[in-house]
Amino acid sequence: MEKEGLEVAGKKIGKQTIRFVNKPIISGMCSVVGTKEGQGPLKEYFDVILQDDMYNEKTWEKAESKMLKEAVMTAAKRSGVSTEEIDVMLTGDLLNQLMSSAFMARDLHIPFIGLYGACSTMTQAMLISGMIVDGNFATNVLAGASSHFCTAERQFRMPLEHGNQRPPSAQWTATAAGAVCISAAPNENVKNLVPPPKTICLTEGTIGKIIDTGMKDANQMGAAMAPAAVDTLLNHLEDTGRSPDYYDIILTGDLGFIGKDIAVDLLTDAGLNRGILQNIYDDCGTMIYEKEQDVHSGGSGCGCSASVYTGWLFRRMRKGEINRALILSTGALLSTISPFQGESIPGIAHAVALETM
Amino acid sequence: MSGKKKKKKGSDVRKQPIQKKEVAKAYEKYAEQFTPKPTYVKNCLKAFLVGGLICAAAFYVQNQLMGKGIDEKDAGTFVTIMLICTAQLLTGFGWFDTIGKVCGAGVIVPIRGFANSMVAPAIEYKKEGIVLGVGSKLFSLAGPVLACGISSATAVGIIYWLIEKF
Repeated sequence: MEKEGLEVAGKKIGKQTIRFVNKPIISGMCSVVGTKEGQGPLKEYFDVILQDDMYNEKTWEKAESKMLKEAVMTAAKRSGVSTEEIDVMLTGDLLNQLMSSAFMARDLHIPFIGLYGACSTMTQAMLISGMIVDGNFATNVLAGASSHFCTAERQFRMPLEHGNQRPPSAQWTATAAGAVCISAAPNENVKNLVPPPKTICLTEGTIGKIIDTGMKDANQMGAAMAPAAVDTLLNHLEDTGRSPDYYDIILTGDLGFIGKDIAVDLLTDAGLNRGILQNIYDDCGTMIYEKEQDVHSGGSGCGCSASVYTGWLFRRMRKGEINRALILSTGALLSTISPFQGESIPGIAHAVALETM
Repeated sequence: MSGKKKKKKGSDVRKQPIQKKEVAKAYEKYAEQFTPKPTYVKNCLKAFLVGGLICAAAFYVQNQLMGKGIDEKDAGTFVTIMLICTAQLLTGFGWFDTIGKVCGAGVIVPIRGFANSMVAPAIEYKKEGIVLGVGSKLFSLAGPVLACGISSATAVGIIYWLIEKF
């Protein structure tokens, strides 16, 4: 039995990067955010802003599930395809056994794969969705991620009403969800819109390695994840042979104010130009809240990057304000028990490069 | 052969953690440069003022009670109960976390933190049912403090008793 045509050449470039040869496109997107996020600087960009973080549900978990469902269904609707035409759905969240995602998918009857990448889930989902579409295994794939402050807080930290003080390095888990529909070709109806929106397509993706710097403080997530983001970014640039100014914007997921400063410093050490970086590099965790919103070191959670990408970045790309973007969601892969066992925090970051056509 | 290989690998692995630890320490130090320090002096002053005010108020109430003819020990107990009850009520109304955030140890140390640490999980886990939710999580914060506090008190008590005896 001879295997013929086994060729990855052309699709894999360098060590960690893949090239989407058929350029899958983002055909629909939606962002749903909570009340606090809806008061932040990006409030005009989000599609749905909740009046109440409970979202008319009985539990926080159900509320998060409903947010993700809303995001996923709206993304599908906007792409112009019906739910029957969705071939597979890849979503993830922060909860044990992916509660929000699985419970969201239980009455949708869409083939479903749950993903856990901590806060890196959004780019993880987009990367795999891109591969599925690019490999002609599907024509329409939904990718999404969600997080909720109240569900994450009770699982990873303290009960909500506990009167403790948060250290300045702590980050605020965003109550947010975002989803995109990735398709092989744009929907015909979209072309008739005036003015015609630009088409966003996935061009490359870089799969990140786990980088563990030995940080043990669960309140220092930004610092724990920054080296992973730096590693993925440097590998992406090396694999593609690009310099950072190839992109109009490089956006990390949720490093926060501290992690962002560390990332810039590490990248400068690696030989990148600090001036260029300060112009094009930003972090979703530092964008989603105002400093006055008492979030200490910024936002975090899967929903943080998912909502900023789908609400702010993709919307601006469609208008043609941004044409080349590199998104890197970063995740801290700690569990609820690992800090008690004295384990350090493994960090990860996956990158997806996007261009408009 | 394979055994030899394993041995060699073992010694390599043993060397690695030491190096890893050094890297981790160096990185932690590096990350610290970027982290703003908590405002210790301001926090201490706030805690001192708020804690002092609460204690002064409690003392005033105790004196009032004693003026009404209740003896000192009972008056102290009543005041303690009042402090715990107000903390529980404030937690229930959802105000205690905000007060705790601003005033820190000032409101937590005078017994109230203990009340808060019981009521907060009780509210949180109501959805999981009374027995397996509230019942099992009620002591999730206070439990470790109780267990360790009582154990260490017992140990100190035994030492004290031994010293007294000999």
